[in-house]
Amino acid sequence: MLTEIFITPFADMVAAPDFLMQVLWEGLVSGILYALIALGFVLIFRSSRIFNFAQGIMVVFAALTLVGLYAMGVPAWIAVGLTLVVMFILAVSIERIVLRPLVGQPDIILFMATIGITLFLIGLGEIIFGGENKVMITEELGIPTGDTVLEPWDGLLILQHLDITVVVVATLLVAALLAFLNYTQMGRAIRALGDDHQAALSVGISLQTVWVLVWFIAGIIALVTGIAWGARAGVSFALEVIAYKALPVLMLGGLESITGAIIGGLMIGILEKLFEIYWGQPLLGGNTETWFAFVLALVVLLFRPQGLFGERIIERV
Amino acid sequence: MKDTDGYMTEDGRQIGGVLMEMKNITLRFGGVVAIQDISFDVREGEIRAIIGPNGAGKSSMLNVISGFYHPQEGEVWYKGERRPAMKPYEVARLGVARTFQNIALFEGMSVLDNVMTGRLTHMHAGIGAQALWWGTARDEEIANRRKVEEVIDFLEIQHIRKTPVGTLPYGLKKRVELARALAAQPSILLLDEPMAGMNVEEKEDMSRFILDVNDEFGTTIALIEHDMGVVMDISDRVVVMDYGKKIGDGTPEEVRSNQDVIDAYLGVAH
Repeated sequence: MLTEIFITPFADMVAAPDFLMQVLWEGLVSGILYALIALGFVLIFRSSRIFNFAQGIMVVFAALTLVGLYAMGVPAWIAVGLTLVVMFILAVSIERIVLRPLVGQPDIILFMATIGITLFLIGLGEIIFGGENKVMITEELGIPTGDTVLEPWDGLLILQHLDITVVVVATLLVAALLAFLNYTQMGRAIRALGDDHQAALSVGISLQTVWVLVWFIAGIIALVTGIAWGARAGVSFALEVIAYKALPVLMLGGLESITGAIIGGLMIGILEKLFEIYWGQPLLGGNTETWFAFVLALVVLLFRPQGLFGERIIERV
Repeated sequence: MKDTDGYMTEDGRQIGGVLMEMKNITLRFGGVVAIQDISFDVREGEIRAIIGPNGAGKSSMLNVISGFYHPQEGEVWYKGERRPAMKPYEVARLGVARTFQNIALFEGMSVLDNVMTGRLTHMHAGIGAQALWWGTARDEEIANRRKVEEVIDFLEIQHIRKTPVGTLPYGLKKRVELARALAAQPSILLLDEPMAGMNVEEKEDMSRFILDVNDEFGTTIALIEHDMGVVMDISDRVVVMDYGKKIGDGTPEEVRSNQDVIDAYLGVAH
């Protein structure tokens, strides 16, 4: 038994390095999407201390809107533009109708409000677009669907072009977001608001503007993840589940840390894949990806309650 | 309009017309009267102090000026116009910058980034342009950066530019907060107990910076203190508050010899 846990998996990895590469690649693809969703969470949390439960449904809602608009005869790229407009309207409405009246309420109330948003969006999505599964308009958007076969070490490594596109686009988006946050005044305003509301007000930052902005960014992220995941698994309300994968990513990375979200996402994507292939399938009958991330996060929390990169809570007395 | 001519200070600085005027301000929290019918003005280029014992309502007054509190009665006049009730960030955009008694900095950000946020009121490029680091946004960022470096040099905090603010000692944090307010090139700078909790040396440093700021940039400064000594040295005119009421107003000498002020500070036999 011990051999199977501690020796066989590693022997397998060494014996078939091409297969290991394949596993790592697939882990990386999901990991970067987890990281992207987690970034959406972190932005909203940092600027308003709201734990946004609705991030998952926003992914579904964005994907549904895109596919739905296309079905109505709107050309693919115009549909993307219109979906962005819809996500912006959503951000403005959430700020106006939900957040503004609840300013200053305890965090848990705002958290409950985001659950309310989730339920509302599920209902709205079903009324407008129907509840049945749909196919993502992958080809219409010009996303390549073929694959490239590499042969490292006389083995086989298959890279789906879709996955390559996802990795490239997501990496660019993450890089753009980081640059925006670090090198523009509006980005500084977002970070500042999370640190100290009073001070932020005193330098002329409007809470409302920043909130609309971060919810809109979360909306853009939702659309990108929605397209990426929809292309692999179809567009349905089940997509919502992938956003909950962002929860262990956040626990791992820390709720406030942007770096943490990125590294946490990649770690979970890769580790859960490795575990599934080398330990899960041979020893536990597979399907470990559904719970592995949560267990990993729990173990990390036991030792570092603030997460790997979270702000350590120290109060000066 | 009256009082547009200003006056000359003892050290020969010309003080201009009225920049801000508080007219019959009354502020209540439920049944507690924090400020009762107070009027005073702040003139262009002057260092104006509001002093008084603890709980006199000084900080409340500063919060009224900066839009954090809204008085039940009275008017705030600014640059010759009556200012309607405004949110703090709107007041900031009118050129009113401030610091806080308990230091309100963005602890997770570097000193440079903190001071850069002071330039937010000078940001005109749209969010889209900023996101693309494009055209005016880029020029603005560079211009803002230049101004910020100037302020950082002026307040002698170059050596900690990249340091996260959370790790700095108290005295330096106060200076960074001043830098952030100054970066906004405010028409009026409000300082809430700039010397609170400082040792003698730090107080002297801070006094020097306040005088230099006023001298170099001609910034109008309104400050709150309860340490009378320092205030008397650096201010041109002083308002004295006690229990929410104004008990004195004038030059440091006038205020020092005012019997009500002496009673408020030293106590009086009943």
